[in-house]
Amino acid sequence: MVPFAGWKMPVQYTGITEEHQAVRSGVGIFDISHMGQFLVSGSASMDWLNGLLTNGVHKLEEGQGQYTLMLNERGGVIDDLIVYRTGPEEWFLVVNASKIAEDREWMQARLVPDVALADESPAFAGMAVQGPQAVDVFGKALPGERMPSRNGVAMIARRNGGKCVICRTGYTGEDGFEFFCPATEGPEWWNTFVAAGARPCGLGARDTLRLEMGYPLNGNDLSPDRTPLEAGLGFFVDLEKGAFVGRTVLTEQKANGLPSKLTGVRVTEKGPPIRAHYAVFAGGAQIGELCSGGVAPSLGGAGIGMAYLPPDFATPGKVLEIDVRGRRFAAETVKKPFYRRPA
Amino acid sequence: MPAAPANARFATSHEWILTGTEISPVGISEHAQVELGEVVYVELPEVGRQVKAGDSVAVVDSVKAASDIYSPASGEIVEVNQEITSNSSLVNEDPYGAGWLFKIKLADPSELGALLDETAYKALY
Repeated sequence: MVPFAGWKMPVQYTGITEEHQAVRSGVGIFDISHMGQFLVSGSASMDWLNGLLTNGVHKLEEGQGQYTLMLNERGGVIDDLIVYRTGPEEWFLVVNASKIAEDREWMQARLVPDVALADESPAFAGMAVQGPQAVDVFGKALPGERMPSRNGVAMIARRNGGKCVICRTGYTGEDGFEFFCPATEGPEWWNTFVAAGARPCGLGARDTLRLEMGYPLNGNDLSPDRTPLEAGLGFFVDLEKGAFVGRTVLTEQKANGLPSKLTGVRVTEKGPPIRAHYAVFAGGAQIGELCSGGVAPSLGGAGIGMAYLPPDFATPGKVLEIDVRGRRFAAETVKKPFYRRPA
Repeated sequence: MPAAPANARFATSHEWILTGTEISPVGISEHAQVELGEVVYVELPEVGRQVKAGDSVAVVDSVKAASDIYSPASGEIVEVNQEITSNSSLVNEDPYGAGWLFKIKLADPSELGALLDETAYKALY
């Protein structure tokens, strides 16, 4: 068990690699009770969210969700989150555990009339059921319920009126769903999903799975000093929807070019795993450092990582070296995602 | 779960060393290999290096993390386990046998008296 954002979390239950493979080929379950949940509602809520988040919430139909980012005035990332539209003027936001207080304070300070914001994080337990067999687990654990479509959300009322939220999203690159229930019902639901075939997975596998997909981890790959354009998340930025916090900086970057790009890196010789903060060299000079790194179980144990590098290095095949405890190992830039599911 | 040889002594930093010989193999404990998980790379010291008890002399890299390995005794590194550089999973499979890391020629065998036997070591966790 390790401390994580104020929680005690298991790195592994039986083994990172086994858990990783279970999610790629079967189905795994992650405890995500640490994540935060905000409810936003009110007649002005759509415009308000559009002014605080990079993606366009107006594009969401009821029952749909989208990945989005909340930026500071400098265009840097405060948090990345998913916003689900649960009603005409109702939104369910899932935010990072380590950012719950900061997100809430940032949003509260910018509240406008006709918007209500509630931090419901302590009220919810959460679990992510992920893998090609997640649909089977859903069917067994929730007979009669319909799984939302990709990125979608559904609310179900059960067990003495306790509300559960089902989201067809995840952080592994596999099909699956995230399930939020009243905190007191967490253990019961966990056991239900495990009995239906989901294998318990810890933070270790969560990290290797997301890294193989090139998904950023806030605090590692996202920072208040880097914009989502530098992080390669332009797809989740709607510059056409009107003003939002950070937009000016993004517009300037788009016009004048990016100072750096979050780039995929892969080791090309046999060597030790590469990890966050290892220095990245090209032509003998340091050009950056890894913000994430690790072993990719689905790529034969290859060392992969991500680093903010000068834009010249953002194309695949650029020759690099990674410094591991004073020794340099050959590496190259590669396209993300590192792993693609076999067709 | 493999038991340690009766003459193994443990450091609180989870290394074992065999006592009663002038040249003593060193490895990591069963508990350590379980905690580290799948070992994917081992960085071994140079043969001939003089080390002091407590010096960081090797690195065991698992899927989870890179961990420093400290020498449980002072002396000279006289041999390293080449086998594990190509087959690092031996550290997981046989931590008290084929998964040894290096051998040290003891400078002062009496140093080992400060280490723990397996029962005392296991009582730590």
